[in-house]
Amino acid sequence: MTTDIPAVETQGLVKKFGDTAAVDGVDLSISQGGIYGVLGPNGAGKTTVMRMLATLLRPDAGEAKVLGHDVYTEPQAIREKIALTGQFASLDEDLTGIENMILLGRLLGYKHRIARKRGMDLLEAFGLTKAANRPVKKYSGGMRRRLDIAGSLIVTPQLMFLDEPTTGIDPRSRNQVWDIIRTLVDGGTTILLTTQYLEEADQLADRIAVIDHGTVVAEGTPGQLKAEVGSGALRVRLHDVSARDQAVELLRREGTPVTPEADPAALTVQVQHSADVTHTLESLAHASIEVASFSYGQPSLDEVFLTLTGTASTPHSDSAPEVGAP
Amino acid sequence: MTNSQSTTQSSTPATPVASGEPERIRKVLVPQQDRPAPASALTACVAYGWRALLKIKHLPEQLIDVTIFPVMMTLMFTFIFGGAIGGSVDNYVQFLIPGIFVQTLIMITMYTGLTLNRDFSKGVFDRFRSLPVWRPAQLVGALLGDQIRYLLAGTIILTVGFFLGFRPEGGLTGVLAAFALLLVFSFSLSWVWTAVSLAVRTEQAAMGVSMFVMMPLVFASNIFVDPSTMPTWLQRAVEVNPVSIVVTTIREMMAGTYSLSSLGLVALCCGVLIVIFGPVSMFMYNRKS
Repeated sequence: MTTDIPAVETQGLVKKFGDTAAVDGVDLSISQGGIYGVLGPNGAGKTTVMRMLATLLRPDAGEAKVLGHDVYTEPQAIREKIALTGQFASLDEDLTGIENMILLGRLLGYKHRIARKRGMDLLEAFGLTKAANRPVKKYSGGMRRRLDIAGSLIVTPQLMFLDEPTTGIDPRSRNQVWDIIRTLVDGGTTILLTTQYLEEADQLADRIAVIDHGTVVAEGTPGQLKAEVGSGALRVRLHDVSARDQAVELLRREGTPVTPEADPAALTVQVQHSADVTHTLESLAHASIEVASFSYGQPSLDEVFLTLTGTASTPHSDSAPEVGAP
Repeated sequence: MTNSQSTTQSSTPATPVASGEPERIRKVLVPQQDRPAPASALTACVAYGWRALLKIKHLPEQLIDVTIFPVMMTLMFTFIFGGAIGGSVDNYVQFLIPGIFVQTLIMITMYTGLTLNRDFSKGVFDRFRSLPVWRPAQLVGALLGDQIRYLLAGTIILTVGFFLGFRPEGGLTGVLAAFALLLVFSFSLSWVWTAVSLAVRTEQAAMGVSMFVMMPLVFASNIFVDPSTMPTWLQRAVEVNPVSIVVTTIREMMAGTYSLSSLGLVALCCGVLIVIFGPVSMFMYNRKS
């Protein structure tokens, strides 16, 4: 497999829906191999970027090459090398699992019999054998996702687009989908996935582009991005509301970055290392400030955006084109 | 099927599956160089046609419009208007059946557009368009699959007609030839509805526009009545209405007459419909997002 040709290369990519620019000058350079995450809130333009790269949508301006082929002039060459798993299951809901697989297999060039065999093999690998003859509309969210991904693997794509692969499915199915994605990468497929979840991008992606309002606001490895944002947030809720001012003052004096929250008893501490967590809690205990509850986690997407753009991410009201379905 | 996870996991807990699955998936991946050449345009059309047939199999209730509806229309027109228009029910049946045969089939062509419109709003549409096959195959395949529906509806009408006393002079040969011609015309007319379904956003809008076009075509024609009683200006309109042209030809064929000029006119109508609405549909299909 040639890895010197970039999987995706775009310059100044623009797509407008009416007056709003859903994608407003996106530059991306994604090399082959591994997982590339596009992270952003609803309506940021992630799906639109992906649909342009998958030759479903024609850009209004800018350059884009996928696996060395121009999206304007060589869409057919691109379609031979990619597979797309859309945000909403890209399957025919009225047909059964195996019928969907046979249909895709035949369109990809297999004879009916071989397409069926290939379909059954894939269903088995994805643990869907028992559901093979059931209409897809009766599948659970997790099963649908798996079938959707299986459908993208009838012939192994060089580049696979996964649009929010785990949105709306339960945590166990999510972990299974993550395992599948990692397996595909081991097999040599490059994966471009969009997600709203920082955790997902962090878990899977080798590099991440953060998109907001149709532009790339940050790009780098998960480590680099987290270094910019701070690796974690400690949320503390105090027993006594009146003690918060004292707590904030105490922590600030120690040089800990702390912000009071809307909840009058709560505050958030930006921490770089997990050791900072124990340190902060100890300081509060020493000052006899009682903690009712605390939680430690990665910064939320909101906090990432707050840090990277200086404005909180809001779900854009004009996000209708994002979903791609009229 | 709410507890569907259990079917994917059999009875074992999550852990063994989670560890065994990647291995199983790795085994079924096809190396890049072993992939077949994508389906040809024709194969793709056949595959999409197969899909349309599967839909009929899985959703037999959608056949109501091609089974019950035609029977209802035939009986209604024969018994309600028959005496008034044709003097007697028996007389009118000979005149009406070829007409209602055409009317029913061309009415059903609208559903082709409605079905496609529903398709376009679903995720599977994106999948199809991302495949390396001739894109309009999705449209052509759907139209080909719908021929089965037209065939079914047409057969029902003619059977009901037979029981009502319809005895065409052209015999079985004439009826079959007329049927074949009508299928060709229905296929051609379907392209109008694919264009409509691509042009509007919702199924309801597609339905509205289709009815708006269809109603005058059906009623300002010679399907139900002899146009000689109409005002002159309307007669002119009825004469150039492609539906009238088709009905006239179908009546001739069922009566055992094969007129080259009538057939030529129908062929011209089919050609014009396809040449205009085929490319328009395909252009819109490619631009659709």
